[in-house]
Amino acid sequence: MDGLVTAFTRSYAAVVVARFRMLLQYRAAALAGIATQIFWGCIKLMVLGAFYAVAVTTPPMTFTAIVAYVWLGQVLIGLLPWNHDPELQELFTSGGVAYELLRPLDLYWFWFARTLAYRTAPTLLRMVPGIVFAALILPLIGLPEWALPAPASMNHGLMFALSFVVTVMLSCAITILITISMFWLIEARGLSTFMYGVVPVFSGMIVPLPLFPEWMQPFLQWQPFRGLCDVPFRIYSGDIPLTMASQEIALQFAWTTILILFGYGLITRARTRLVVQGG
Amino acid sequence: MIAGVQLFCRLMMTAIRGQMQYRGAFLLMVLGSFLTSMVQAIGIWALFDRFGNLGIWSVAHVAFLYGTINIVFASVDITARGFDTFGSSLIRTGQFDRVLVRPASTVILVAAREVALHKLGQLLQGILVLIYALVALDIDWTLGRLALYIFAVSSMYAFFYAIQIVRATMSFWTIETLEILNTISHGGMETAQYPMSIYKESFTNFFTYVVPLACVAYFPIVGVLDMPDPLGSTLLTQSLAPLAGFVFFAVCLSFWFFGMKRYQSTGS
Repeated sequence: MDGLVTAFTRSYAAVVVARFRMLLQYRAAALAGIATQIFWGCIKLMVLGAFYAVAVTTPPMTFTAIVAYVWLGQVLIGLLPWNHDPELQELFTSGGVAYELLRPLDLYWFWFARTLAYRTAPTLLRMVPGIVFAALILPLIGLPEWALPAPASMNHGLMFALSFVVTVMLSCAITILITISMFWLIEARGLSTFMYGVVPVFSGMIVPLPLFPEWMQPFLQWQPFRGLCDVPFRIYSGDIPLTMASQEIALQFAWTTILILFGYGLITRARTRLVVQGG
Repeated sequence: MIAGVQLFCRLMMTAIRGQMQYRGAFLLMVLGSFLTSMVQAIGIWALFDRFGNLGIWSVAHVAFLYGTINIVFASVDITARGFDTFGSSLIRTGQFDRVLVRPASTVILVAAREVALHKLGQLLQGILVLIYALVALDIDWTLGRLALYIFAVSSMYAFFYAIQIVRATMSFWTIETLEILNTISHGGMETAQYPMSIYKESFTNFFTYVVPLACVAYFPIVGVLDMPDPLGSTLLTQSLAPLAGFVFFAVCLSFWFFGMKRYQSTGS
């Protein structure tokens, strides 16, 4: 177990450093990306604000909770597992996956490390300027009602941090399932295409989940994609009270474990019947 | 002029035939385009279901706006693909030199170089939403309204096409295509799916006087739907507003020719 953890940490550190170096070559692209996310955040807030202004009945979330939800979503959009690592895709079409099988590392966890780097490196790079803008600059330019609020309390902040760690694991577990689907499909685009439709809606990225019709709530409550945005974002704003937070994180964690075990099982099966492409 | 159109059509047909060689991948991409735009429609539906009408705007009114804009935007994406990928595939590689020596307009050659047929997914989705709106709204289609609608749609097409041309033109200087202009193209599309009157004044002003998005979409559509406008436009201004789309196109096109004069090849 100890060896596994060391191998995981070392391979993760190596891929994450490599990925950061690559990303830092494209600073202009990162800045443009942040500006785009901020623009989108402003549109979302104006649209939701317009609906809140005409609301006849009290909406299920306060507008402050909405603001936190929107900004956290814009800043962390890179974590959403709707696509997969193109470098890993390349391995399948070129046949390079055979080399991966030769490495003295557990394949699932090595790919997990790579995926973790793929998901977190660009997000970390974009997160800081995005948060600075949403939390500090917006109040300065006369839009304090749009500013990202602080966590509802110290404890909400801590629970958010815990939930966020699970979110990252969950996102990687889903991304890696898309990658593993290539053992059967060669092209992961099929599953990715499907994910374009599913992930943004069911995570809460398009519209905060509590705003969906009441009859959909029981389903929305239990499905795994909710752990990507809805759970951490609502813990942050206090929309999920502290008494419920641990239960929500437990559900989030349960889904993550199930998806990791599922992926692990698939990869073990796939290894015995793999046909390597190329020649 | 006629020769230009003929050339454009022939190049387009070639591009379409090329795409059809990969039918499976093509169908998947159509589905992807359909789902991606469907996601936005689901969001709009959820909000209307939760909050009821947005002032005088019902879900059917917004569907009319949404359907029209998505149809136009998808049509532009399909036919302006050559400009979309211009920076990465013609400028960075130095291939634009070869385009310059050909005896035809660079605009036609670049435009018809590629076609993004997979955007048919978004087009189809827009048509379905528009059909819903037409059934639900029961608009009294007088000749004047129909004429205004056609004028608005063609002006919208010119507007979004012009943005693609500006994006491509920028790469004469930056070599790469700048993502930041997506805020005006894709961002503009999403902005214009809702009535302009819900946004902050500075934002509305930007999208009226600097980038005339409201002139090509919101104002004429308000005229067609015969709705009162809190921004204070009259039927006369609503009918004339789409002119701004064509002026914008002309300005952007001259920017293209200006950029082309400054072009320094990157090839070796």
